[in-house]
Amino acid sequence: MSEAHDGRRPGSADAVDPGRFELLLVPPAPRTGWRVLPARVIAMCVVELQKLRHDRTELYTRAIQPALWLLIFGETFTHIRAIPTGGIPYIDFLAPGIIAQSAMFIAIFYGIMIIWERDAGILTKLLVTPTPRAALISGKAFASGVKALIQAVVVIVIAAALGVALTWNPLKLLGVAVVVILGSAFFSCLSITIAGIVLTRDRLMGIGQAITMPLFFASNALYPVAIMPGWLQVVSKINPLSYQVDALRGLLLGTPSHLLLDFGVLIFAALVGITTASSLLGRLAR
Amino acid sequence: MNLQPAPDSAEEAVSCHALDYSFGDTKAVDSLDLSVRTGEIFGLLGPNGAGKTTAIRCITTLLPVPTDRVKVFGHDAAKEQMAVRRLLGYVPQQLSADAAMTGRENVTLFARVFDVPRRERAARVAQALDVVDLTGAADRMAKTYSGGMIRRLELAQALVSAPRLLMLDEPTIGLDPIARSSVWEHINAVRQATGMTVLVTTHYMDEAEQYCDRVGLMHRGRIHALGTSDELRGQLRDRRRKEAREAGTPVPAGDTATPTLEDVFRDVAGQGLDEEGGDYSDVRSARRTASRLG
Repeated sequence: MSEAHDGRRPGSADAVDPGRFELLLVPPAPRTGWRVLPARVIAMCVVELQKLRHDRTELYTRAIQPALWLLIFGETFTHIRAIPTGGIPYIDFLAPGIIAQSAMFIAIFYGIMIIWERDAGILTKLLVTPTPRAALISGKAFASGVKALIQAVVVIVIAAALGVALTWNPLKLLGVAVVVILGSAFFSCLSITIAGIVLTRDRLMGIGQAITMPLFFASNALYPVAIMPGWLQVVSKINPLSYQVDALRGLLLGTPSHLLLDFGVLIFAALVGITTASSLLGRLAR
Repeated sequence: MNLQPAPDSAEEAVSCHALDYSFGDTKAVDSLDLSVRTGEIFGLLGPNGAGKTTAIRCITTLLPVPTDRVKVFGHDAAKEQMAVRRLLGYVPQQLSADAAMTGRENVTLFARVFDVPRRERAARVAQALDVVDLTGAADRMAKTYSGGMIRRLELAQALVSAPRLLMLDEPTIGLDPIARSSVWEHINAVRQATGMTVLVTTHYMDEAEQYCDRVGLMHRGRIHALGTSDELRGQLRDRRRKEAREAGTPVPAGDTATPTLEDVFRDVAGQGLDEEGGDYSDVRSARRTASRLG
């Protein structure tokens, strides 16, 4: 065996003194039952925060698009008053929609990252840890929520700088955080579900591109549902993004909304998303 | 066939019994019988596409298997997935460390998902990094690591949960000879200090000969020979001598007398070995790993 190696550098592996790794001889006591899920979710969220701390480029580049939407689209339509917004300036009406949109874009991108992690062996290795698939997907879903939340803070700051009259009530802002995270959990699971069906990054990129804009336009993010044609109203009604935007508007601007229904739909959508994505995760492991 | 009698199940780290796995019409693993003894370094050898990785993925619970086919320290890979995973430290063939995090963060993630309590997490992670000589580089981003350092980091990730079975899929693929022997020295040192069982796949016959206690030669989804490298080479030598005597040709002697493990492999695999080379995705994946290693 290793006797065959002469002239090895000092301090190399076989100089290991057993006291140096006594902890590595004892397996950790397993968490069981309900405590597994929050532990895994925290682990995944910590990874996301660590990555963002190391490289904030994405945070800045992803701020450009929402800033342009608010600045150009928002300012223009505020002046021409073409869209009935129930008495508030159009840019105020638009801001929650843009928060939801930028969160959704991040979440949809998350499924592409899952495929990248699969190709890189990172996902494979996580699947061999004592982590039930639903816990792994929940972890990923909430990690995308954490990322989207940080992005939402950036958009809120931009909106505030453009003079949008937002609430600063901490309880309502907490509600905003929950809504953003739930919405991201759903859209990241949608994306992971599609990843589990199409299996390759190229196909998922195409589908991701193809669905994000329709999801955005077929919602109340840019205009009230009431002015849509009938068929689009139906699409908007089954689009969780509409409920996310409705809740964000109600919380941030105090406009009339259906918070109970919105939260109900978002929680249900997130649960369905996590269940579906977990059941398809095995396909990605193969 | 040189299959040895199976040892008592109590001392078996891994046992596969009549294990099949197919991808569509392709039989990747074909009624595989395998037994890895506790505490040994077992090498699963074979060319690309022999089914080594598929066999490993069945044992790690990544691929679904029927009950009573695969056991890890007596736990059924189909029925007790979580118990099996807790006993495993797995390093896949691809470079699976996250380049966008530091070495320490990479190891800490695995400490977390294996439920290492917060009070001992930092110390345990530090020890895992120390064992693979990465203490000095622990707070650098993994993307600045050399190929050998990344493999050692992955070893630390696998070791942080104190696994009883370390499973390494082509751990030295794409590494230069110095990094290769360094990775092996660390595997050996850890094995000696912890008594952990190691199951490793490789297509480098020289590595298997040098570092593995026993090897299984795998070809087209089956194990064709099993034993220590010396046993397998000795058996082939004796058989060749016997054949030569019977045929009345000169008996090989001197340097040519003892065949290499590669000779044994060619002997058991028979015709068609040179045409085997893994499919497109195997080659692509190996090249991608090699190019990331630099």
